[in-house]
Amino acid sequence: MMNAQVQLKNRALAPKGSEEGTKPKQNGAALFIESLKKQNVEIIFGYPGGAVLPIYDALYQNPVKHILARHEQGAIHAAEGYARVSGKPGVVIATSGPGATNLVTGITDAMMDSLPLVVFTGQVATTVVGTDAFQEADIVGITQPITKHNYQVKNINDIPRIVKEAFHIASTGRKGPVLVDIPKDIANTIFESEVDDDAPINLPGYQPTLHPNFLQIQKAIKAIAESKQPLILAGAGILAADASAELTEFAEKQNIPVTNTLLGLGSINGEHELFLGMAGMHGTFTSNMAISNCDLLINIGARFDDRLTGNLSKFAQKAKIIHIDIDPAEIGKNVPTDIPIVADAKEALKALLKHSIEAPDTKLWHEYLSECLAEYPLWYDAKEPDTVYPQQAVELIHRITNGEAIITTDVGQHQMWTAQYYKFKNEHNWVTSGGLGTMGFGFPAAIGAQFAKPEQRVISIVGDAGFQMTSQELALLKEFNLPVKIVILNNSCLGMVRQWQETFYEERYSSSLMPVQPDFVKLAEAYGVKGYRINTIHEAEEILTEALLSDEPVLIDCRVKQLEVVNPMVAPGKGLDEMIGVKKG
Amino acid sequence: MKRVITVTVINQSGVLNRVTGLLMKRQFNIESITVGHTEQPDISKMTFIVHVEDENKIEQLVKQLSKQIDVIKVNDITDKSIVIRELALIKIVAPPNLRMEINSIVEPFRGSIIDMGKNVVTYQIVGNPEKIDAFIELIQPYGIKELTRTGVTAFVRDAQVKPTAQLSILQ
Ligand SMILES: Cc1ncc(C[n+]2csc(CCOP(=O)(O)OP(=O)(O)O)c2C)c(N)n1
Ligand SMILES: [Mg+2]
Repeated sequence: MMNAQVQLKNRALAPKGSEEGTKPKQNGAALFIESLKKQNVEIIFGYPGGAVLPIYDALYQNPVKHILARHEQGAIHAAEGYARVSGKPGVVIATSGPGATNLVTGITDAMMDSLPLVVFTGQVATTVVGTDAFQEADIVGITQPITKHNYQVKNINDIPRIVKEAFHIASTGRKGPVLVDIPKDIANTIFESEVDDDAPINLPGYQPTLHPNFLQIQKAIKAIAESKQPLILAGAGILAADASAELTEFAEKQNIPVTNTLLGLGSINGEHELFLGMAGMHGTFTSNMAISNCDLLINIGARFDDRLTGNLSKFAQKAKIIHIDIDPAEIGKNVPTDIPIVADAKEALKALLKHSIEAPDTKLWHEYLSECLAEYPLWYDAKEPDTVYPQQAVELIHRITNGEAIITTDVGQHQMWTAQYYKFKNEHNWVTSGGLGTMGFGFPAAIGAQFAKPEQRVISIVGDAGFQMTSQELALLKEFNLPVKIVILNNSCLGMVRQWQETFYEERYSSSLMPVQPDFVKLAEAYGVKGYRINTIHEAEEILTEALLSDEPVLIDCRVKQLEVVNPMVAPGKGLDEMIGVKKG
Repeated sequence: MKRVITVTVINQSGVLNRVTGLLMKRQFNIESITVGHTEQPDISKMTFIVHVEDENKIEQLVKQLSKQIDVIKVNDITDKSIVIRELALIKIVAPPNLRMEINSIVEPFRGSIIDMGKNVVTYQIVGNPEKIDAFIELIQPYGIKELTRTGVTAFVRDAQVKPTAQLSILQ
């Protein structure tokens, strides 16, 4: 009796075709893994569950490196960090229902910041879709407005095509997240027919424009040749197009000053003499005055986000606007544009570089900007001699790493101070959540970045509050011995919220102080990660130097001045030329 | 202002949802929407009437729609020479003694009777939306029991030249 059962079971397990010596038949899950391999996927961040059991079984038999995060949100932010520094799509797998809904924040974040992700979710069997089955969530419906595109696989034969299209869509044009929902029965179905894997991608509704229009380039050249006060605003589009070298060459050749959006940092060396610092709400006085006074604003790969523009009716009022963007829908969306150029940033810059543009004398303009820089530099007032001021901590990190580390941040004051005081030497080293401003992003993003660049130093500068949203991923540092350095700028509060309450709500600190925090050093130790605590500026020098240069994962709880505010600032509703907090005192 | 937009889409499940979801997210006001197959088997066409504040808004709408992967073509055909049609079904209280009178109103609109009961008659009217509005206004006093409209579908005419006097007679 027993024997017969075992025999039966074995027969069921044997691949059908193998007896006749033909290629063993695959199920949908195996076909799916094979399709991933054809896309050269080297790493997957994921979390299993019922609906993806067939996929995880196929992964077991035909492995692709898989990182088991401790929360799906950790997995997807890691995939975003990976995508940001490697330029390749980040790949995520999660189960149906709660696994899928835990991804929603990360998908939205990637959509807002144009990061290429391919996200696979399990789904209940097609036979019960729509019946509120156990762990069913309409993830295709839920993610429709937060994906570049999404699919539900309805037929096993479609798996290779859909996987191929998903990677193509995510990583071309304006990059973004694509979700593929795979019902469990489809993953289990035995695949009968042969598919033509080499069939070319056929997406008649998707043909991104890469090359700039000749006439528009001519117009841009004419405008540059006529401009006495030109300015380049460089955004993340430069980084997505790998065009930092072209940007720098163009700026130098034409002697045009450059400012960055938050996400565009690193597109030009932070210490370049033409660089004015970041623009926008917490940008430098000089950058914002440059935007307000320029006669030509050349926006390359930035989307005129409201945190950059301030009050739109006061934005760059004296300027003719050239807007280069790969997404035509961004052009004219917020700021009326004189010369629209739909193109990949690199292609557009190459086209501009082909011409020698006779530029007028811009000496006065450069003099004015130099005066601004000298008169209104970034400032803070380290009144208490022993206390660590958060800006000092970032300056130290910059000095110790020579501006060459990969830096990820969370969201809040520490993010703005990092953007202001860490001068990036190189491109693709800056990982932050800009459009969505997602707390909990910074630390897992550092994990993904470290997997992408094992040789590089990765430092995650986070707030004490935001870190606690995804701190469970500490487990991965130990498990994979990832030498990520976590620096918590610990002000025992939701610093950015507190700052707004101080400035706009008469210091009514409603739910923004966190007097009781965990012992972060012990927390690190509980996960087998070395922990340090910094209380004084003297300790900061010493410990940061030691810890940041070590080869191990470390967590540093850096206690900083609690009531510090980010300066300068464009208050909500104000124009860029109405900054407050521009000078000490 | 009112604009007529046609959207050619790949006939995928969820594409209608994508398009209407997008209009909602971007806060566009849809007055009517119709969808149907075209001469090509996998291609459907949608026709929208939307209200927008200015040119800029409509440009955004066209661009955002064009960005959708399943959208092949978006046209704002408002300013072209176009044919617009809508169908309405109207159930009217029409006791036998009033039927002649009601029919005399229906006739110039080339409406047809598609169902008849003891005291009610259902008419079908086809035309541009203004024609249907006019018919409804005239028939209202007799008592409308039920009314349903399909929303408009539209076509660009072949001849885009300004119609001469003679041609317009042919129309
Ligand atoms: C998920 C999420 N919830 C709430 C917010 C709103 N928010 C922005 S900054 C901030 C405070 C962050 O505090 P902390 O992480 O300690 O950083 P700090 O500002 O103190 O440097 C909050 C609550 C957010 N951005 N994201
Ligand atoms: Mg804090």
